[in-house]
Parts: sequence; structure tokens; C-alpha cells
Amino acid sequence: MTTQIGLVFFIAAIGLCVIGIGGIVLSRNLFRMVLALAIAEAGANLLLVLAGYRWDAVAPILSAGQMPAPMVDPVPQAMVLTAIVIGVGVQALALTLVVRVKQRYGTLDMQLARERMNAEIDATADVTPPRSQERPRGERPLPAPAGGAHD
Amino acid sequence: MRNIATLLFLGGLAFLLIVITGSLDFGAPPMRIGTQIQAATAGDVGTANIVTAVVLGYRGLDTLGELSILFAAATAGGLVLGSAAARARPDGGFILRAGADLMFPLLLIAGLYIVIHGHLTPGGGFQGGVILAAAFFLPLLARPGTTPGHRWLMWIEGLSGATFIVIGLLALYRGDAFLTPLFDHGTLGELVSGGSLPLLYLAVGLKVGAELAGLLMRLAQDDEVTS
Amino acid sequence: MIWLALVVVALTLGAAVAVLLLDNLLAATAAASAVSLGVAVIFVLLHAPDVAMTEAVVGAGLSGLILALALRRLGLARLDVGPGGGRNDA
Repeated sequence: MTTQIGLVFFIAAIGLCVIGIGGIVLSRNLFRMVLALAIAEAGANLLLVLAGYRWDAVAPILSAGQMPAPMVDPVPQAMVLTAIVIGVGVQALALTLVVRVKQRYGTLDMQLARERMNAEIDATADVTPPRSQERPRGERPLPAPAGGAHD
Repeated sequence: MRNIATLLFLGGLAFLLIVITGSLDFGAPPMRIGTQIQAATAGDVGTANIVTAVVLGYRGLDTLGELSILFAAATAGGLVLGSAAARARPDGGFILRAGADLMFPLLLIAGLYIVIHGHLTPGGGFQGGVILAAAFFLPLLARPGTTPGHRWLMWIEGLSGATFIVIGLLALYRGDAFLTPLFDHGTLGELVSGGSLPLLYLAVGLKVGAELAGLLMRLAQDDEVTS
Repeated sequence: MIWLALVVVALTLGAAVAVLLLDNLLAATAAASAVSLGVAVIFVLLHAPDVAMTEAVVGAGLSGLILALALRRLGLARLDVGPGGGRNDA
């Protein structure tokens, strides 16, 4: 019984981690990357709390009077408490940066933003950008862009 | 090609996590420090909520670091976004205005209650601080014309942060380690117990609330470049 | 208990997948809040009330608020998905 519940929770934690990191890697939209980062964070926090869970224990709050039943490990919980709040700080900072990128380059697509940023840097430095990076010479058609299936 | 590589990477990640968690014993952690902390909390710190004892008592320095990270994030956010001129947004409408008026005292009380009872029940400075921030942000959402009191928030934030550090330094002055709980820890489960931990949590709550309210206000402002 | 756990975990994972698949970014933000709420319920089941409270207040409430405000500032907070209305390639 307890192992079954443990299995379910571990599936949840690992699933959230994998979905979140997959979203970060697969997605091209900067805003969706921030969302995926939040999911991965939640999965990691869940994994930490799971590591301190005791199935025969109660929540780590003393009641006045006697020393009762065994308790869940409080140390990972305190750690996760810290991690959640730091996570939201990091998220806010990332979002402000996303807002600035949108203001500067007018797009949320990571590759487009990077191209425009490189073009801007080249223009400032008076360098003609190398030609062969994106477009092959001759009449060969561009290969269909891999990835970006849903973004 | 890129998709295949990504899927391989994700599969490897999942496999690694499964292997790591498979070696854990679910429901029976080793708890080398945990049991000692549980046994010692009532005598050492005197808070009913052991997580609070860990967050503020045993690992108070980590909480100070966390506060500074949050402060740095909020400051950097303000720096990046700049202080744009507040442009008049369309009014929030009657329902939002009435709802904000109704919710403001309730949110204030709920937030303060959670902050002050942080050493007895689940909750504390961070949770209550976020609720306080929401309470002060809601009227601004309903009445976009009103000017946010950034100066006020700055003072609250700075003073509460300084209070946290001063309480820590007082322990140092007394000859203990930094952030050792001061005062006598009264009876377990009373509102006035746990030494200086409730004061610390109050400072944390005010600081977090002011910081996040400032951040929310800054994000809610419009800038003239885009709209 | 096990059924509750199964339902909550299924909802959480479903919401997490929805975050990546939904076209409308406002809907994706709402789904991310739902993920946090599900994780908060799981924390309650794991006897971690402090963490559950933090996750519910910070993860589901404040983080969703910050994301929605940022979305409004980006000019992408729309409820409708017209042809290309919710896609944010440009």
C-alpha cells in the first residue's frame, strides 16, 4: 500500500521534472520557457519533500504537552520552503528580462531574437556578418526547420 | 534530428531520476539530523512548529541569504523595467472596485494572522508576506489612477530588513552565535513564545510583503514603448 | 488515499502537459497555476503543511499573478484564439 502510493508520488515528481526540462529544451517561446522552468522547479521540490517522508509519521508540529508520534523530517521541508520563495524571485527576474527582450527586439521567439541581437551587434561593430550561417549558396532549398512543432 | 536528440536527453534524465529515487527507501528516510532537531526543538527554541525552528533558529543564516536573493531579484527587476510614467489605464469597473474594498481588510487580517502565528501553526513570514503584498496590490489594480507609494514601501522594506540583522547582531553581542534566539522561550504553544523568532518572522513578513508589492506594482505599470 | 493520490497526480501531470501544448499563453499561465495547486495538495498528503501553504500562496497565487501581469505588459494577454491570435511567433 505505502509502496504503491510512493510509486504514484515519485511518478508525479519525475514526470514534472521531465516535462519541465523538456519544455525548456523544446520550446522556442521565451515566456513558455519561464513557465516550464516553474514546472521543473515544482517537480524538484516535490522530489525533495518525498525524500523526507515517513509513512508512519505526522506533520512536524508539536502539540503542547507530551512528545507524541514520530514526525516527518523537517529539514527538507525547510529547504523546500526556501526554494519556493527563491523560485518566485528568479521567475520575476526572468520575466522582467523577457519584457525587455520583447521591447528591444519585438519578438518572443528565441531564435529570432538571437538573430536580431547578432545583427545589431554586427551593425554596431561595423562587421559584415558571415553569409553562410543560415542560407546555403546556390539553389538548394533550405531544409525544413526541425523542432518547433508546437511553437 | 534535434527532436530525437532532445527525446534521448529527456529519456536519459528520466532514467537517472528513476535510478536515484529507486535507491531511496520510500517512507523510511535516514533522518540523521531530523530526529535530533525534533527532540531538541522544544527545549532549544520553544516553537511548536518545527519547520519554523529550522528556518529561523537552526538555519537562520540561510533565511537571511534567501531574503537577500529576493531583495536582489526585486531590485534587479525594478532596474531592468525602470520606473515608467504611470499612464491612466481604463478603470477597473464597479465589481473590481467593490471587491477590492471588501477584500482589503480581510486579506490584511489573514496575512497578519499567518505572519504572527508562524511559530505555532503552518505559515509564517513568507506566506503571510505574500498575502500582505496581494492585499496592498489589489486596490491598485482596481483604481489604476492612484499613485503607488514606492517611498513608503522602501522604508518598510529597509527597516524590517535592518531589524532582522539587528536581532541577529544582538545575539552576537550577547556572546552567542549569529541569529541565536534571544529572550526566554515561554511555554510551548503560547502566542508569546519562541523567544525572538516571532519578531524575526514579523520582519520577514513585512520585508517580503513590501518587496513583492513593489515588484507587482512595477510590473503592473505600463510603459510608453509597447502597450 | 491511493485514489486521491492518483487523481491529483493525474490532474497535475495533465496540467503540466497542457502548459506546453496550449496555444494561448494566458491559458498556459492558468495551467501552470493549476500545476502548483496540484503539487500543494500532494504536499498536504505528504504531511508538509508549511510547504503546501507556501506552494499554494506563492506558486499558485503570486507566481500566476506575476506571470499574468508580465503577459499584460507584453501585450499578449488575450482570451480569444483567432487565426494566429494566440500564436506568438512575432
